[in-house]
Amino acid sequence: MTTALEISQLHKVYANGHVALKGIDLHVEHGDFFALLGPNGAGKSTTIGIVTSLINKTGGSISVYGHDIHRNPSQAKTHIGLVPQEYSFNQFEPVEEILINQAGYYGVPPREAKRRAREHLTQLGLWEKRANQARNLSGGMKRRLMMARALLHRPKLLILDEPTAGVDIEIRRMIWEFLTDLNRSGTTIILTTHYLEEAEKLCRNIAIIDDGQIIADSPMRSLLERLESESFTLYLREPLAEAPKLRSAQLRSIDSRTLELVTDKHTDLGEVFSELQAHNIKLLSLRNTSNRLEELFLKMVSPEQDINPS
Amino acid sequence: MNLRYATVALYTLTRREVLRFARIWIQTMLPPAVTTVLYFVIFGKLIGSQIGPIDGHSYIEYIIPGLILMSVITNAYANVVASFYSSKFHGNIEEMLISPMPAYIILAGFIIGGVLRGLLVGGVVFGVSLFFGHLPYPDIGLTLLMLLMTAALFSMAGLINGVYAKSFDGISIIPTFVLTPLTYLGGIFYSLEMLPDFWRGVSLLNPIFYMINVFREGALGSSDIGAGLAIGITALFLAAFTAVCLYLLDRGVGIRT
Ligand SMILES: Nc1ncnc2c1ncn2[C@@H]1O[C@H](COP(=O)(O)OP(=O)(O)OP(=O)(O)O)[C@@H](O)[C@H]1O
Ligand SMILES: [Mg+2]
Repeated sequence: MTTALEISQLHKVYANGHVALKGIDLHVEHGDFFALLGPNGAGKSTTIGIVTSLINKTGGSISVYGHDIHRNPSQAKTHIGLVPQEYSFNQFEPVEEILINQAGYYGVPPREAKRRAREHLTQLGLWEKRANQARNLSGGMKRRLMMARALLHRPKLLILDEPTAGVDIEIRRMIWEFLTDLNRSGTTIILTTHYLEEAEKLCRNIAIIDDGQIIADSPMRSLLERLESESFTLYLREPLAEAPKLRSAQLRSIDSRTLELVTDKHTDLGEVFSELQAHNIKLLSLRNTSNRLEELFLKMVSPEQDINPS
Repeated sequence: MNLRYATVALYTLTRREVLRFARIWIQTMLPPAVTTVLYFVIFGKLIGSQIGPIDGHSYIEYIIPGLILMSVITNAYANVVASFYSSKFHGNIEEMLISPMPAYIILAGFIIGGVLRGLLVGGVVFGVSLFFGHLPYPDIGLTLLMLLMTAALFSMAGLINGVYAKSFDGISIIPTFVLTPLTYLGGIFYSLEMLPDFWRGVSLLNPIFYMINVFREGALGSSDIGAGLAIGITALFLAAFTAVCLYLLDRGVGIRT
């Protein structure tokens, strides 16, 4: 196994005295699809900024494919591609120009850069826009432009800081598909996101960061298993005055024709349905509404909060 | 770091810089041409005709070298400060910072951009000057050497300004309050002998004075001071500025938090 990214005891204190990172350790294997989750201000972008040499660290060490980012910066940097959270291109430069320049900074000669730019712009649906100034692109297009830009030097490790923020559903799907293919063909991917569904859908491993500390770091599946509850919305055929008490699960009335059902991880759903039947509750339809990762997230970042209403 | 990589990276930076100032040529190339025509007409023709020859040259011929070098200084500086600051402003400085380019390649790219703009504008002014007088250029090598050294030096000065600038005001304060006075008082329009003792002493403290004098020596064959001393002083400044620029870029002063 090759290690793509190794972060140990990373500390960051900003110039204004704000302690953003309090000793982060992370280990990402080559080929992984890794999610870094955390609330606003947790330290995700700070971590990414330090890994990509945009922010100076206060303490700790980082290596990328075995190259320490301080002792061998050039080698480490050739392996990384970055899609930052904020736009970081000159708005007045044409799209294709931006790509060719970035490729050149990594030593990709102009002719080859042009070929790759065409390939990625086409894949990401931006080829028609190649001659436009970047400021004339829509928000979703600008994000895709930054994705294309990050890939021109064929990095082994692609880091994306909220790649689908402010992107519509259709484009989000397209990005997901694109990233999945990229990961399948061997690129290690790390992403941060606020769309928890996104992490669950794409990533194999996940770390949760809160207030500058890693509070969970494990395979996605085993983290999900720690979830204890599942919730459903029930749509009723006939109005109901009050939600009855069940033995097997909790029931809460949302309005006269809608109920919320919260079950335990080990609950036998058959039992729940027979109880509902016994109360003469007739279902029109039901929908699983628990955002499992969201729940998990809340549970991890604020342990004092009880997410299983009793 | 191999040569092939360095060549591609440097080519890319240079191309980007040239495209930048070429794209906005109305702001970058045209104004210096217009102002120097005015200088030639007003100072050279109209006022200059009232002034007797200096060191055996007509007044207009005497001021041509200084005006050429002044446009090189101003434009090399302006190009780098504007380019560097705008890449901070737009965020695209990050494109360079995340790339494997070492500080010296980035610095070289900005210097080449500044020198090329300086030389182009200097060339335009030279072209205009041909309508007003022909200089002998007895030592063209000396002229070109001084031209390149000066252009490189003020490109780096522009970069240092760009590093510390926090707003668009920050990129015009130094040119207005430091650079312009230094060039005007750098002996473009007068010879040392024409000055009272006090101002003669002050002039000798102005580094630009030495550059203009040597440049003029190459162009006209006469100078107030020795070329060796002036080249030495400029070389010292070059070395110091290179060290400062590399330090600033390496440390990411003004660009990395
Ligand atoms: N330049 C800076 N100077 C001082 N404090 C900063 C600076 N940049 C970030 N911070 C602080 O550091 C903390 C971590 O910020 P960071 O941008 O890493 O969060 P994040 O996890 O990426 O959040 P988000 O999800 O909102 O993008 C925040 O409290 C933020 O206010
Ligand atoms: Mg962030």
